[in-house]
Amino acid sequence: MFSDHSAQEEGPSAFPQAAALELRNVRKQYPGQREPAIPGLSLSVEAGEVCVLVGPSGSGKTTAMRLINRMIPLSGGDILLGGRSILDHEPTELRKQIGYVIQQTGLFPHLTVNENIATVPRLLGWERRRTEDRVRELLELIGMDLDDIGPRYPAQLSGGQRQRVGVARALAADPPLMLMDEPFGAVDPINRARLQDEFLRLQERVRKTVVFVTHDIDEAIKMGDKIAILRQGGTLAQFASPAEILIEPADEFVAEFVGQDRALKRLGLATLADIELVTPNGTGPGTDRVALSATVRDALSQLIAGGGAPLTVVDADDHVAGIVTLELLGRVLGDGALANGADPQVRAAGAEPRPAGQESPA
Amino acid sequence: MTVVFAATPVIPNFGGGSSQFACERANRLFCPNWVSRNWATVLWPALRQHVELTLIAVAIGFVLSTALALTAYRRHWVERPVLIITAILYTIPSLALFELLEPLPGFGLSRTTAEVALVSYTLLILFRNTLTGLREVPAEVRDAARGMGMSDRQSLLRVELPLALPAIIAGLRIATVTVISLATVASLIDNEGLGSPILAAISNEVFKTELIVAGGMAVLLALLADGLLVLLQRRLTPWTRARAV
Repeated sequence: MFSDHSAQEEGPSAFPQAAALELRNVRKQYPGQREPAIPGLSLSVEAGEVCVLVGPSGSGKTTAMRLINRMIPLSGGDILLGGRSILDHEPTELRKQIGYVIQQTGLFPHLTVNENIATVPRLLGWERRRTEDRVRELLELIGMDLDDIGPRYPAQLSGGQRQRVGVARALAADPPLMLMDEPFGAVDPINRARLQDEFLRLQERVRKTVVFVTHDIDEAIKMGDKIAILRQGGTLAQFASPAEILIEPADEFVAEFVGQDRALKRLGLATLADIELVTPNGTGPGTDRVALSATVRDALSQLIAGGGAPLTVVDADDHVAGIVTLELLGRVLGDGALANGADPQVRAAGAEPRPAGQESPA
Repeated sequence: MTVVFAATPVIPNFGGGSSQFACERANRLFCPNWVSRNWATVLWPALRQHVELTLIAVAIGFVLSTALALTAYRRHWVERPVLIITAILYTIPSLALFELLEPLPGFGLSRTTAEVALVSYTLLILFRNTLTGLREVPAEVRDAARGMGMSDRQSLLRVELPLALPAIIAGLRIATVTVISLATVASLIDNEGLGSPILAAISNEVFKTELIVAGGMAVLLALLADGLLVLLQRRLTPWTRARAV
């Protein structure tokens, strides 16, 4: 039933593989409203891909997401998960196969972290032992101490911890698809960036198909393998990779939505490891240093802050990898050399410096 | 000096000049001897009857109002009529309600009459608290329960009712204390419970010991019941005391 990418290999998992998702001319018309919320939306998301639905309020992005797990009934069209229509499943059965993360976490306040994570396994009637093992495995996966965090109630966690537990709970039965509705929207900016980086690292390991809803285009660019930009009235403005959207916005609306600084945003998609650096002559200029894993955008910022003086690029072992200058960056941009620089493996590294091409320690 | 004794059975029959009746003869406000002499025959049975009256009324009231609250939780239109009816029942003065029920066939001066009246006073409190408790479950928590594949029934039993427990138990506390207090008045109808010694003392112009003892026992019983319910809530809802560490 589920094809392609294998998900995480370890653990007592129910659905070892991610599933492709296809929306076929999906329509949603609320009774009593003249205009449909979604007049006809078609998208296909490959197994293991993160598809971000982004758009202004009223664009139907959350509605589109909630149609997938039948929280909102379809008015027309069809949605296929792993090649099978969602209408073939009982809604409750379907939902147990789809991870669900929402902005306010929706953690059950009367259950401990352990019990919250065990929710779907219990609904599925897993044996106690298997559920316990899975909870332990997930707490490890999100980097939480089982003995400290496990017995706590949600009220005893920080906002960031609650979000992590929310993600772990959604992953509990190892679903082939995850739906995430502004999962990091209620978290402060610093923690949000950290949670985003963590999720990308996690996603590298678990390789779920993910539908991620946000109103924040920067988050969309950071998280998405594909971005579906919806406009008011629920129509699709553009469906493409972040790099494509930044290089070639389909129309005025998309161009405006991604912002005037889209060239800079593009620089944020690549790291210094992706571009050809100037070869250092001798020991280099010995000026300020920048990590090879830094995004080109951050390097540019540092260059400007330093009054345009060249920077020495060093890798994780502090070896000099090259020199970066303003001229070099200008040339790189002009060449369009970053056109396809949006390699998720690289982006997933986030702020943590590490040599290019090496696996993330996660 | 003439002392008038009412002919009720609880009035001690003073014999001779025995000192154990000295207190009664002197017409003191409170006679400990009387308490110890009448504990087994009067006070203890009255207390047991009182506890029975209360337990039955609260149990029936709890079942009825929970059923009504669950119905109103799913079907909004049920709420208003239930509120109106239970509010009317609640505001009828208890004496009037006992007198209203008494002539009905099958009622009369019986425990049934007393229980029906007592139950009717619990309904408003229990119904409103349970319904409010259910409605106050955060929307995102219900959404998460549904989104994870719980059926309506599973969500209700595993998530919504447990989260409504603090409100439900708060309702039970008020209802129980109210019933313990009202059950003393119900003695007018069925002449049992802690109300009967109180009534006996009221009809007696002089002797007040039974009133003081039985009234005090009713107060203590109410405090005890309330305390037990607080303990029950602590046991059942440990998360309410779990705050940020």
